[in-house]
Amino acid sequence: MAPFMLNDEDDERNGSVERALIGAAAVAATAGLAYLVARTLGGGGGDKAPISDAPPSALRRGYKPSDALVSRTVTIARPARELYDFWRRFENLAGFMDNVKSVETLDDKRSRWTIAAPGGTEIQFVSRITEDQPGRVIAWESEEDAPVRNSGRVEFLDAAPGRGTMVRATVDYDPPFGTLGRGVAKLLQREPNVQARRDLRRFKQLMETGEITSSASPSGRRSEEPTRQYL
Amino acid sequence: MRALTWHGRHDVRVDTVPDPEIVNPRDAIIKVTSTAICGSDLHLYDGYIPTMRAGDILGHENMGEVVEVGSKSTLKVGQRVVIPFTISCGSCFHCSKQQYSACDNSNPATTSDMSETLYGYPMGGAFGYAHLTGGYAGGQAEYLRVPYSDVGPVVIPDGLEDDQVLFLSDILPTGWMGAVNAEIEQGDTVAVWGCGPVGLFAIQSAFQLGAHRVIAIDHYPRRLQLAKQMGAEILDFREVDVRDALFEMTGGIGPDACIECVGMETHGLGIDNLADHAKVWLKLGTDRPAAFRQAILSCRKGGRVSVPGVYGGMMDKFPIGAFMEKGLTMKTGQTHVQKYTRQLLEMIQEGKLDTTWFISHHASLEDGPDMYRHWHDEQDSYTKIVLKPGLAKGEVKAKQEKQHEPA
Ligand SMILES: NC(=O)c1ccc[n+]([C@@H]2O[C@H](COP(=O)([O-])OP(=O)(O)OC[C@H]3O[C@@H](n4cnc5c(N)ncnc54)[C@H](O)[C@@H]3O)[C@@H](O)[C@H]2O)c1
Ligand SMILES: [Zn+2]
Ligand SMILES: [Zn+2]
Repeated sequence: MAPFMLNDEDDERNGSVERALIGAAAVAATAGLAYLVARTLGGGGGDKAPISDAPPSALRRGYKPSDALVSRTVTIARPARELYDFWRRFENLAGFMDNVKSVETLDDKRSRWTIAAPGGTEIQFVSRITEDQPGRVIAWESEEDAPVRNSGRVEFLDAAPGRGTMVRATVDYDPPFGTLGRGVAKLLQREPNVQARRDLRRFKQLMETGEITSSASPSGRRSEEPTRQYL
Repeated sequence: MRALTWHGRHDVRVDTVPDPEIVNPRDAIIKVTSTAICGSDLHLYDGYIPTMRAGDILGHENMGEVVEVGSKSTLKVGQRVVIPFTISCGSCFHCSKQQYSACDNSNPATTSDMSETLYGYPMGGAFGYAHLTGGYAGGQAEYLRVPYSDVGPVVIPDGLEDDQVLFLSDILPTGWMGAVNAEIEQGDTVAVWGCGPVGLFAIQSAFQLGAHRVIAIDHYPRRLQLAKQMGAEILDFREVDVRDALFEMTGGIGPDACIECVGMETHGLGIDNLADHAKVWLKLGTDRPAAFRQAILSCRKGGRVSVPGVYGGMMDKFPIGAFMEKGLTMKTGQTHVQKYTRQLLEMIQEGKLDTTWFISHHASLEDGPDMYRHWHDEQDSYTKIVLKPGLAKGEVKAKQEKQHEPA
């Protein structure tokens, strides 16, 4: 029996959803989170200068640097270095990011991401690391020819003493062809903020408990199996 | 296996469903030997909880025998265990503070969106209690999958009957935490609203924690009688004005602590259009939290109000003036079951707590739908129902009421 079930609503993927995550190698993956396409952080958008000490994604329209900015912070009761190390092996991301099928490391800067797109199709692109501070920050950017340009960064910030690490993942995306909404929906199959929220929750579960929480259980619904998460 | 499934308002059925399987390394599967129907199940039965889906298996007060374990479970096949209704990971910030019902990891990443939208932060997971708390199957069934089985289950030593320990799963720790949250001091008079199982355990717990007097309030004579057996003075709210009575009985001071064990049926747990639901529920909520308001208005100056009764949405006409001007303290919450089970098990073993006297019926799973109807319609005579999958259909045993012998 597979040790984990990902919470997954997409039929196409559920067949292959059972994946052993801990430790070893699931195949590599792109970020669901990461899959928001991109512009560099802080670029474009707001014209008023905010005085609040909040991260850019929490700012209201008019203050926010870019409408395409998605970010979420989660506190994880583990040391920053451990979390960084897990994330930095991009192969691991497929284990908790919903629509990342695999990530393949090409060299010390570049990796190839395979993303599940609607209708059972896949999208691939190559991502390049733009900043790497062990235990602190990883930032990346898709290469020029990506179908959807994206850039992101994940920061590992010390929480209050004894409380672990605040992990803040931020992704900025660039509409592929045409409207922003269409491109993002195509890629994520889900609203980007929802995607980011769920991916980070799964990351926290995995790091704190060693498994991804699943409520898979029997029910009186004939079409459902007791080993799958449906909602 | 056979299981009790929810199909809508007042529609509970016995169904044949697949057996549960181990899904994660820390899981265990138990063969259920006893599973009780709770006052909280009435809220589901009455259809007040919109995150139920037709076909959901009910039941959060469960115990049984371990029959299968995942590679990281610390349980052993053959052990008898009581399962806390709260599912807790044991390693998040909240679990480390023993705030187990606030566990940050036990509600799956997808279902936790609902309560985050509604309450600001996701609720912890729970068995058989709608998708707001994760959508886990309940244990009113032959078998139950228990996630994070190395954290919750209480291993039961030989020599204790199911009935003696079953309520460690919910209502005993709930009554106990209700009394702990009332911060009882020597000499205190404690008023308890509601003489259902939770209220009855709160009364017992209040005495254990040093209350001088307990005054219990309800309108069912049989339930008030049980409260009296526990040593409480009783008030039938049909006979008296509760506030007047409490004022007089406490010499014009008022109860030092008030424990509200009634709850509000009109939960505001909308899954869709949460904001709209909140408005609708707000309206429904206005006339239901009567006991809650009464507790605040009755409490003495500088006193404590403890609320184990379940609420879901918003309320208006909260007596904020009385609350502030009297300088009250309020504590509430879903019970942090795992925090109390060890201590309470010891108290059961030492005979300090009587956990069986108010059980009124034992019945089979097959008779479950009937039992839900009785629990709903005949609260006076059905004071607690325990379902036993091992019993045959029709084998309903109404228990002789046991005279309580004080410990
Ligand atoms: N906090 C928790 O974790 C937790 C756990 C279990 C149950 N609960 C909740 O505790 C509450 C009680 O549970 P129970 O199993 O005892 O339910 P129950 O329905 O058996 O008992 C409730 C009692 O309250 C009485 N009551 C109703 N209105 C009253 C009023 N105005 N004044 C005084 N009494 C009144 C009813 O007659 C009934 O006897 C429910 O809301 C339940 O959901 C909370
Ligand atoms: Zn209960
Ligand atoms: Zn936890």
